[in-house]
Amino acid sequence: MFHSKPKSTFYKAHPLSLLIKILVWASVCITAFVLLFIIAYIFIKGVPHFSLDFFSLKYNSNNVSVLPSIITTIYMILISLLTALPFGIGCAIYLTEYAKESRFVRYIRVTTETLSGIPSIVYGLFGMLFFVTYLKWGFSILAGSLTLAIMILPLIIRSAEEAIIAVDNTYREASYGLGASKLRTIFRIVLPAAISGIFAGVILAIGRIVGESAALIYTAGTVAKIPISGFDSARTLSVHMYALSSEGLNTDKAYATAVVLVALVILINFLANTITKKVGNK
Amino acid sequence: MADKYQIKDLDLFYGDFQALTDVNLNIEEKQITAFIGPSGCGKSTLLKTLNRMNDLVDGCRITGQVLLDGVDIYDNYDVNLLRKNVGMVFQKPNPFPMSIYDNIAYGPRTHGIRKKALLDDIVEESLRKAAIWDEVKDRLKRNALSVSGGQQQRICIARALAVEPEVLLMDEPTSALDPISTNKIEDLVLDLKKYYTIVIVTHNMQQATRISDATAFFLLGKIIEFDATSNLFSMPKDKRTEDYITGRFG
Repeated sequence: MFHSKPKSTFYKAHPLSLLIKILVWASVCITAFVLLFIIAYIFIKGVPHFSLDFFSLKYNSNNVSVLPSIITTIYMILISLLTALPFGIGCAIYLTEYAKESRFVRYIRVTTETLSGIPSIVYGLFGMLFFVTYLKWGFSILAGSLTLAIMILPLIIRSAEEAIIAVDNTYREASYGLGASKLRTIFRIVLPAAISGIFAGVILAIGRIVGESAALIYTAGTVAKIPISGFDSARTLSVHMYALSSEGLNTDKAYATAVVLVALVILINFLANTITKKVGNK
Repeated sequence: MADKYQIKDLDLFYGDFQALTDVNLNIEEKQITAFIGPSGCGKSTLLKTLNRMNDLVDGCRITGQVLLDGVDIYDNYDVNLLRKNVGMVFQKPNPFPMSIYDNIAYGPRTHGIRKKALLDDIVEESLRKAAIWDEVKDRLKRNALSVSGGQQQRICIARALAVEPEVLLMDEPTSALDPISTNKIEDLVLDLKKYYTIVIVTHNMQQATRISDATAFFLLGKIIEFDATSNLFSMPKDKRTEDYITGRFG
């Protein structure tokens, strides 16, 4: 009987329910609108300025090509992840599978949590003082991506740790029960089961790498060329955008760069999802 | 009959809590031994000492001896080899989130078998022994979590058999299953008795009477009574056993 009652009488009897429903719907609409508005705005401002020259190999003041920045961004993502992932996952394995609850472990947890809250410019300053100046690497993509690796490390540790903890303990018992060693259990059972959670962390990390500008200006510099070696200075898409808009001459190209950046992020998310599904269904 | 296990003066502590007190028990080879008793009485704990799964629990301490074929498994014994020889089936079906084939092959691969043809044979034989081959032979590559709970449990039994154990420990293997699946597992266990020494923990007294040869009744970490199943259920010697099996508590 209850669900056949017309809705209007239900809301008359429970006006608060109606109010909540309206508020919830309003939040959804506003959130979706803001997001769509930003994307539409960028695309409308940016897409008309796409041309073949915009993707040419060389950047000069007449033709502010975006291609060097795309390539630099991809280098940065790869080097940062390749550096941070082994340490991050290794640390997460230690914290979850080996460490007993102790003061030392609590310190590691507090440290990683604190590190994830530090503004990126502080990492940039550290990167400049340590990699650029002390190690004498100069402004270079290596200095930049190692700085970013340190920056994303807490994020990767946290997500990997949570993913590993979430793995059903009965899997571990079953593996030990068959006479498997701890190492085999971790690498054959626990990590494969945790892989989708770890990938979620990787996607967030890529987001931070792609979005970072402040820390990179001090460590990787702003040279707009395709880097040949790890010790070349180069600019990622975000830095490129910052440079273009602050120079004030090529604001339209800055919007076009933003379109490329958004497209790149969507592409990476799509790829990461596909990989996760492939690995998960094995 | 020979004794597979001899347990002598076993005390077990979790931290300060004593979970088992002065356990003495012999488990006969190629027989089914059932552990019964109310929740928290230590029956699962004793089961887990038989393949040292308690090692995984922090603060677990043991005194006394557990002899497997006359050798103390707590004295300098290779624990991975022990668990290869003493398989375990758990309360909740827990196949790994991978294909049925890989589930069964995981154990043999752990112990160094790599040849595809040999693994194929082991997988088929194990699934046949666990009476599930006909149901899954066409979908060995499918995820093991995609079959029913009863089938999952038989896959877990097949997985345990694939490493060729001598003893099979079963921790309430049917408590999460429906009556029909339970029936299938019980038939299977009776069948497996020919090849394996089986120790089964059960909450279900009818199950103990249906399948076991000997039964141990536990209460508060002690074995109150241990006898042939027919004796224990028809003429219990201890008042507490009688109270429990007639349903006066537990």
